[in-house]
Amino acid sequence: MSNSTTPEMISTDVVIVGAGPVGLFAVFELGLLDIKAHLIDILPKVGGQCAELYPEKPIYDIPGFPVITGQGLVENLMRQIEPFHPTFHLNQMVTELERIGTETAPRFRVTTDAGQVFDCKTVLIAAGGGSFQPKKPPIAGIDAYEEHSVFYAVRRMEALRDRTVLIVGGGDSALDWTLNLQPIARRVTLMHRRDDFRAAPHSVEQMRALVAADKMDLRIGQVTGLAGADGRLSAAICRGADNGVFEVACDTMLPFFGLTMKLGPIAEWGLNLHENLIPADTEKFETSVPGIFAVGDINTYPGKLKLILSGFHEAALAAQKVHRYVYPEKRLLFQYTTSSTSLQKKLGVN
Amino acid sequence: MTAITFIDHQGTARTVDGVDGATVMETAVRHGVPGIEAECGGACACATCHVYVDAAWAEKVGQPASMEEDMLDFAFDVRPTSRLSCQIKVSAALDGLVVHTPERQA
Repeated sequence: MSNSTTPEMISTDVVIVGAGPVGLFAVFELGLLDIKAHLIDILPKVGGQCAELYPEKPIYDIPGFPVITGQGLVENLMRQIEPFHPTFHLNQMVTELERIGTETAPRFRVTTDAGQVFDCKTVLIAAGGGSFQPKKPPIAGIDAYEEHSVFYAVRRMEALRDRTVLIVGGGDSALDWTLNLQPIARRVTLMHRRDDFRAAPHSVEQMRALVAADKMDLRIGQVTGLAGADGRLSAAICRGADNGVFEVACDTMLPFFGLTMKLGPIAEWGLNLHENLIPADTEKFETSVPGIFAVGDINTYPGKLKLILSGFHEAALAAQKVHRYVYPEKRLLFQYTTSSTSLQKKLGVN
Repeated sequence: MTAITFIDHQGTARTVDGVDGATVMETAVRHGVPGIEAECGGACACATCHVYVDAAWAEKVGQPASMEEDMLDFAFDVRPTSRLSCQIKVSAALDGLVVHTPERQA
C-alpha cells in the first residue's frame, strides 16, 4: 500500500528555488528553450518581496514600465510565463540539495520541508534576500519554550485544543488565528501594543464581539518576559500602555511579528558563499557547483547591482547553460521572439 | 547642515551632519552610525530603523502617521516616543535633534 501522505517524487529539468520576480521570469527564458521548471517558495503566494513587502508600491526602474506596482509586476510576469505552464510548490522551503550526478552530467535531489522530493538536472537559486520566515520577538529566554509552548506558525490547529493561548499581534495573522482558535482553546487572550488593528475590519469586529461576550480576552500591552519551567510556559510578563506591569497566564504563545528574510538551509548545500550571498560567474551565473545557478539578489559578482532588471538578464544567460545540461546533444540556435515562428508557436501567438 | 545626535543603549553619543530633505535613517546609514539596520532601505516596510526620539524633541518631531504606526507593530519595545527613522525628514527645524537607538532592532 502506498503512503498517501508522502508526495510522489517529481522528475524535471530545473527546480527554481524562489518564486519572486526573477524566479518567475526565469520560467520564460527557460520555456523558450523547451526547458520545464518547477518552482518552490516558502510563501503561500508567488511574487517574493514584490508581493509580500511592496505590492502597492510603485517601482520606477523596470525596463519598459515608467511605473508599475510590485503586485502589478508579478501579475504581468505570471501572464508572460503562462504559455509554459510552470508548476508551483508553495508554502514550503527547500531543506536539502544533494548532488547525485557528476560535474559534466549534473543531477540533484531536492527535498522540501513538506516532504516533496525532486529529481532534476539543474537547480536555479532565485532566493532573493532569503526565505521569509516569522520574526522572533527578542524576548529573553524565548528559545527554551519553542518546542512546547511558543509557536510562530500553526501547522495543526488540533494540537492547540484546550490550551490557554496568548496571541500577540494586530494584523490578519493574529486576528485570523484568534478567531480560529477561540472555539477550541480553553481560553484565548489577544495582546496588541495599541487598541487599533491593521487586520481586516470584519475580523476585528468579530474579535470585539467575542470580547464583549466574555468569550476571550483582549489586553493592550507588550510582552517583556516569559515565566515557566522545563520548556513549558506558564505566563507572559507584560507592560501595559501606562507602563504598569502585569502577567497573562498561558501555556501557549503565538507571536505574529511579521516576516524577515533568512538565508536558511541554502547555507548548508556546499556552495561557496560570500557574506551570505552566492558568488556566480557573469557568463552563465553558475555557482561553485556545476549545474547549480544563482540569479537575482542572492548572487554576487564584481559590479553586481541588486536590481530586478539585473536578475532578468542573469536568468536569460543562465538558461543558455541550463540548455546544454538538459539537452547535451542539441544545438542551441539563437532566435528572436519577433521573427521566429517556432518561438511564437511556443508562446501561442500568431 | 543639520546636526543629529544618535545615542545608543549604552549612552554613547555620536553627532553627525544631516542633509535637509534626507531622512534620519539615511543620515545614520550614510555616516555608519550603528544600531539602525534599515533592512527595507527606507520603504516603511520593515521596522528595523526604530528609534526613540529624545523627550525634548518629541513634540517637534511629531507622531507617526498611520502607515508608520502599522509598521511599528513589528518593532520591539515600542514606547510613546518611538518612530521609524526612515519616516523622519531632516530639516533646519530639527537642528540639534537627539534620538536614542534601541538595544536591538527586531
